Amino acid sequence: MTQTTFAQALNRALRDELTADEDVLVFGEDVGQLGGVFRITDGLTRDFGEDRCFDTPLAEAGIAGFAVGLALQGFRPVIEMQFDAFAYPAFEQIASHIAKYRNRTRGKVNLPIVIRIPYGGGIGGVEHHCDSSEGYYAHTPGLQVVTPATPGDAYSMLREAIRNPDPVVFMEPKALYWSKEDLDLPVEREPFGQAAVRREGSDVTLVTYGPQVATALKAAEVAAAEEDWDVEVVDLRTIVPFDDETVAASVRKTGRAVVLSEAQGFAGVAGEVAARISERCFHSLAAPVLRVSGLDIPYPPPMLEHSYLPGVDRILDTIARLQWDDEPDTHHLPASDREQVSA
Amino acid sequence: MTDVQQLLPCSEPVRFLEPTGTLVAGGPGEEASARGYAMPEPEALVEVWRNMVLGRRFDAQATALTKQGRLAVYPSSRGQDACQVAPVLTMTGPDWLFPTYRDSMALFVRGLNPAESMAQLRGNWHSGYDPKATQTGPQTTPLATQALHAAGAAYGMVRRGTGGVALCYIGDGATSEGDFHEGMNFAAVFNAPTVFVVQNNKYAISVPLAKQTKAPSLAYKGVGYGVRSEQVDGNDPIAMLAVSRAAFEHARSGGGPFLIEAHTYRMEAHTNADDATRYRSSDEVDEWVGRDPIVRLQTWLLAEGHIEDATVEEVRAEGEEIAARIRSIMNEDAVLDPMELFEHVYAEPTPQLREQAAMVAAEEALR
Repeated sequence: MTQTTFAQALNRALRDELTADEDVLVFGEDVGQLGGVFRITDGLTRDFGEDRCFDTPLAEAGIAGFAVGLALQGFRPVIEMQFDAFAYPAFEQIASHIAKYRNRTRGKVNLPIVIRIPYGGGIGGVEHHCDSSEGYYAHTPGLQVVTPATPGDAYSMLREAIRNPDPVVFMEPKALYWSKEDLDLPVEREPFGQAAVRREGSDVTLVTYGPQVATALKAAEVAAAEEDWDVEVVDLRTIVPFDDETVAASVRKTGRAVVLSEAQGFAGVAGEVAARISERCFHSLAAPVLRVSGLDIPYPPPMLEHSYLPGVDRILDTIARLQWDDEPDTHHLPASDREQVSA
Repeated sequence: MTDVQQLLPCSEPVRFLEPTGTLVAGGPGEEASARGYAMPEPEALVEVWRNMVLGRRFDAQATALTKQGRLAVYPSSRGQDACQVAPVLTMTGPDWLFPTYRDSMALFVRGLNPAESMAQLRGNWHSGYDPKATQTGPQTTPLATQALHAAGAAYGMVRRGTGGVALCYIGDGATSEGDFHEGMNFAAVFNAPTVFVVQNNKYAISVPLAKQTKAPSLAYKGVGYGVRSEQVDGNDPIAMLAVSRAAFEHARSGGGPFLIEAHTYRMEAHTNADDATRYRSSDEVDEWVGRDPIVRLQTWLLAEGHIEDATVEEVRAEGEEIAARIRSIMNEDAVLDPMELFEHVYAEPTPQLREQAAMVAAEEALR
């Protein structure tokens, strides 16, 4: 077993696909000579040539639209958006063309494009470098939206994304780029749509994805040690397609659920997950499904991001509200009303 | 460094044929001649004329079908006939076309099956033809987005060694969109064989060109990207064919992209749903009707004896047959299966789509 970082696993996945399929092209801003600002494409131009991995003009809509044309010629573009918020100029090409081409052409033309987006905060990034933008893409039919949380998944899911016949928005949690795992590559690919139970537990299910999986596991350890709560942690891995089965099976077993996302909570992926759980598991639930998320504010400056990011304490405080003693949750009520309800 | 003079358009739109149907005295001028725009042979011009006549009949039939409720909407290109026909007739086997919603006449000239190419206008489906089989992108309504698809496809053709050129249509209003600029820049940087044809029909729905740009000609927008550019009298079919040929030759021989601004006019409203009298005068329209590209070329072809009155009658009759065929296709009731809505979102429907499909199937069963 070798210690492999998340970033190294992504680089290896790109290398293995560039080797396996000569139609795979990697392009974007600074991905060539520099190897990308996060070095995910490090050495690809050197080793595969400028025809296979190349820099483009600095224009995100241009990169995405250019990928459409290349996909029409049978290539499999893997494009890099340098940062989450810098992908917004490409949104029209992604939402109006990449997502809709198969549908528009009645299934005659599919666009196997992978859009890699480093996302999320926790790395001291400045404004426009820390957005959790997965919700915008997940809301767009025709896109698959996936986000690995381990180096092993980073490798296997990126390879699956490149092989996939449909467009994939591949969200890479920046905060995990330097995380490590003992790993012998290559590992097997799996079809999208399968969540993973990262920790078995019997009292409550913590459903999360991407950058928050590690936080959820930490919270589960503390919960076990300090509160005697046995927390099951489910890593969605793919937001679209969504694995209702694994999530619902877990919640039916534990009877309680908290959905955790780094993204702001309002109208977001966590809300969708919570709704799906409520619809499917109502009769198994001992408490309402709660969410822990980032705040409904623009992502804060680096010196204040600790207040934004959901941490172990916020997670444990939320788990504590799950009516363990058959006490109703009064958290959402004004202080003056809380005592009345409790009484 | 590129010589800027090589990129600049002529100071006036290139013109071979006067609106009266006589050749411009002394040819298209020194500038145009120096750029290699040569008078096409009469046979090719007869073909342009014939396709314009048929294309206009198609266009008139489509407009009529909107009035009968057989088409959901139709943006006419009447008046832009030379722009719709000449570049498409310049295309060869490996080339690709990237049209907008207004380029239905171009699709007709390209030989697409009207039952397929009119699906979007009819409301059957968002696009009815196979882009790969027809080497034709879907008609785009998000403006200028197709400029990047054309640039990418053109670069892809270089990589594949097909020798193909991507022809991309754009309207005057769409030159204000970012994707137009990114498309030209990408095409130039990757030396992608792309021919951009801007049909400057003077209005973006209701907004006149003066509110769209301060550029002396839209063709100047190419120069900043290192794209060879030209402005053409878009109602002169001879000039349109001559410059289209030069543009395709330039792109195909490795010269990179080429931008053509075709000065023309939309004789009809934006679509059948638009009221053009709210923003332009009938005098203005009449003036442009007097520069009709079909009349113009037909006058010259007849005067030179390249066609006869009998030819005009033959082509007119051919147009009527085409119109009748389109009427009969469009008068057939469309057979649509709502369950197909779920089939083409992904290669495999997600579990969530399967659930929704089951719901719709149950609703349909009760109809």
